[in-house]
Amino acid sequence: MFFKAALRTSTALALCVSATAAFAESHAPTITIATVNNGDMIRMQGYTDQFTEETGINVEWVTLEENVLRQRVTTDITTNGGQFDIMTIGMYETPIWGANGWLVPLDGLSEEYNVDDLLPAMRAGLSHDGTLYAAPFYGESSMIMYRTDLMDAAGLEMPEAPTWQFIREAAAAMDDPENGVNGVCLRGKPGWGEGGAFITVTGNSFGARWFDEDWNAQFDQPEWAEALNFYVSLMNDYGPDGYENNGFTENLNLFNQGLCGMWIDATVAASFVTNPEDSTVADSVGFALAPNSEGVDRRANWLWAWALAIPAGTQQEDAAMQFIEWATSTDYIELVAENEGWANVPPGARTSLYENPNYQDVPFAQMTLDSILAADPTNPTVDPVPYVGIQFVAIPEFAGIATEVSQEFAAAYAGQISVEEALENAQAITNEAMEAAGYR
Amino acid sequence: MARAVTSRRKALNTTLAWLVGFLIFFPILWTILTSFKTEADAIANPPVFLFFDWTLENYEVVQERSNYMRFLWNSIFIAGGSTILGLLVAIPAAWSMAFVPSRRTKDILLWMLSTKMLPAVGVLYPIYLLCIQLGVLDNRYALVVILMLINLPIIVWMLYTYFREIPGEILEAARMDGASLKDELLYVLTPMAIPGIASTLLLNFILAWNEAFWTLNLTAVDAAPLTAFIASYSSPEGLFFAKLSAASTMAIAPILILGWFSQKQLVRGLTFGAVK
Repeated sequence: MFFKAALRTSTALALCVSATAAFAESHAPTITIATVNNGDMIRMQGYTDQFTEETGINVEWVTLEENVLRQRVTTDITTNGGQFDIMTIGMYETPIWGANGWLVPLDGLSEEYNVDDLLPAMRAGLSHDGTLYAAPFYGESSMIMYRTDLMDAAGLEMPEAPTWQFIREAAAAMDDPENGVNGVCLRGKPGWGEGGAFITVTGNSFGARWFDEDWNAQFDQPEWAEALNFYVSLMNDYGPDGYENNGFTENLNLFNQGLCGMWIDATVAASFVTNPEDSTVADSVGFALAPNSEGVDRRANWLWAWALAIPAGTQQEDAAMQFIEWATSTDYIELVAENEGWANVPPGARTSLYENPNYQDVPFAQMTLDSILAADPTNPTVDPVPYVGIQFVAIPEFAGIATEVSQEFAAAYAGQISVEEALENAQAITNEAMEAAGYR
Repeated sequence: MARAVTSRRKALNTTLAWLVGFLIFFPILWTILTSFKTEADAIANPPVFLFFDWTLENYEVVQERSNYMRFLWNSIFIAGGSTILGLLVAIPAAWSMAFVPSRRTKDILLWMLSTKMLPAVGVLYPIYLLCIQLGVLDNRYALVVILMLINLPIIVWMLYTYFREIPGEILEAARMDGASLKDELLYVLTPMAIPGIASTLLLNFILAWNEAFWTLNLTAVDAAPLTAFIASYSSPEGLFFAKLSAASTMAIAPILILGWFSQKQLVRGLTFGAVK
């Protein structure tokens, strides 16, 4: 009798326990994160189990290519679709979306998180009216990567902060068409985030700007003519054939195969070109600050961050906030360093990382920091501007306008139209669009 | 002499056909080869064709990172579901247009086709908002219906062309023998049109399988098919060609095998009514 009762009781208990477990399992919060496909983000996905273990919060990932991601999250946030609890967005979207009230302000971050440790440039670029709307996961600027062996052979020495005029001189010295080596490789591919970004920062370094303070396009000014003529002449003389089609990936491939003397691009490329598994020139790469034109107090380096933001209206705000604190914390950086080495931690987000002696040993660490520090999104060029952003203008209309303008420039690179025509067209396109949008 | 010329011409034609076939197949072959290379070999200049260190590493990485079976199942469900549903709607529609045409039939057919000319992105927001209202974002059933509607004009057109080839007298004879409309459709028309229906089904399945606008924009986790799986391996920064090729090979393998085994029906369906 007792045995039967005990059996019944234990069965009932087991049922209750498993039912509770199943209930808890099905009611454990799950957050969905839309993110971009790059090494640092993929690495983070690998550590998500640790976060789930610590907090009991499940994480679902939606990884997409940058352009698809941008379209996907923009559709969702503008319609209040609620598909994602965290979105990976950049410096371009964050201030615009924050101003529209589409993002949850990150003013509730804990004290241990130490928000003051974020690099000031990153914090400024991801804020609107002083309120942080996205936490930087990693940040980047742009810098010169060059072949030290070719530079030595040319009998030149790269200054830490060279000018465009020196870059031209060095490109001429390293250019070796017989062996397929191009003096310099730069982006020319149309698209606001590709060639558009590069020519914008080049413009900044010649003192050019997109708009004056009344939102009038400035492509008819001599600074733009000087910048564009310089770029086209440099690339026609010492750049690769078909450079108007080259973006980040194409130039990375060329550089890794030893076909570029210099390459000016994202600081994040430093880890790729120094990786012996992928690069044939890994042991002979040097770094320098992005150049400026002689006498101009601005350099051609941009500022970008991939950051995590919470769309307003999510049902999982608390869980999402916990995840952001975890993923962008110093503890996470240490976790990656412990398992994969300091060279693989997400760079460019926190001051403390650059004060860490272990990280200071990484060859490109200091130059990355210097490049980030040299970028000021509120004062991108010499003359004052009415916008925030260095390689972009943080207004919703910019992506469309800059894509069209970069297509005109690419036509000039390809020799289909002259530089003057390209600038005239850019001026007309920009002013027309700004008028239609009500800025002028 | 004449025979010699003919056989020489035959050989030339065969060689030419193989060459064209190889050219068309080359991008797929290159994708498959790249999937077995290291990232460095994938971008080597000059490109390496067969003599490289073959590796399965990319497939391992892809398997580790993504739940391939979930994407595959979603693709099968969405492509299969939309095809079957499309046929259920299109067979009666094509029958009525082929055998009981009205003055406006041609106009209706043209109008149906004209809906394919609308750029999909033009209706992205209305459809997205509709899905939010109905609570069916990231839902397989919603995609089944949407893809069915998108491909419906093509299914109707294909079936219509096929049905038109069937002599109306046969249906009349069946009617004379007392067959009802249902009997006529089920026991006379459908069996005669099975090759046409099969090729329509296959083509529609392939179209739905490859559809990459709605399947990317309306899904997130639960309903994401293989198109989303591929999209997650392309990257703006860094080396990704070998891994992307591995993901692409895994995504196209099922449909490639299906197409291989049913190429007779496919060719017949695509060329039907082309030469009159």
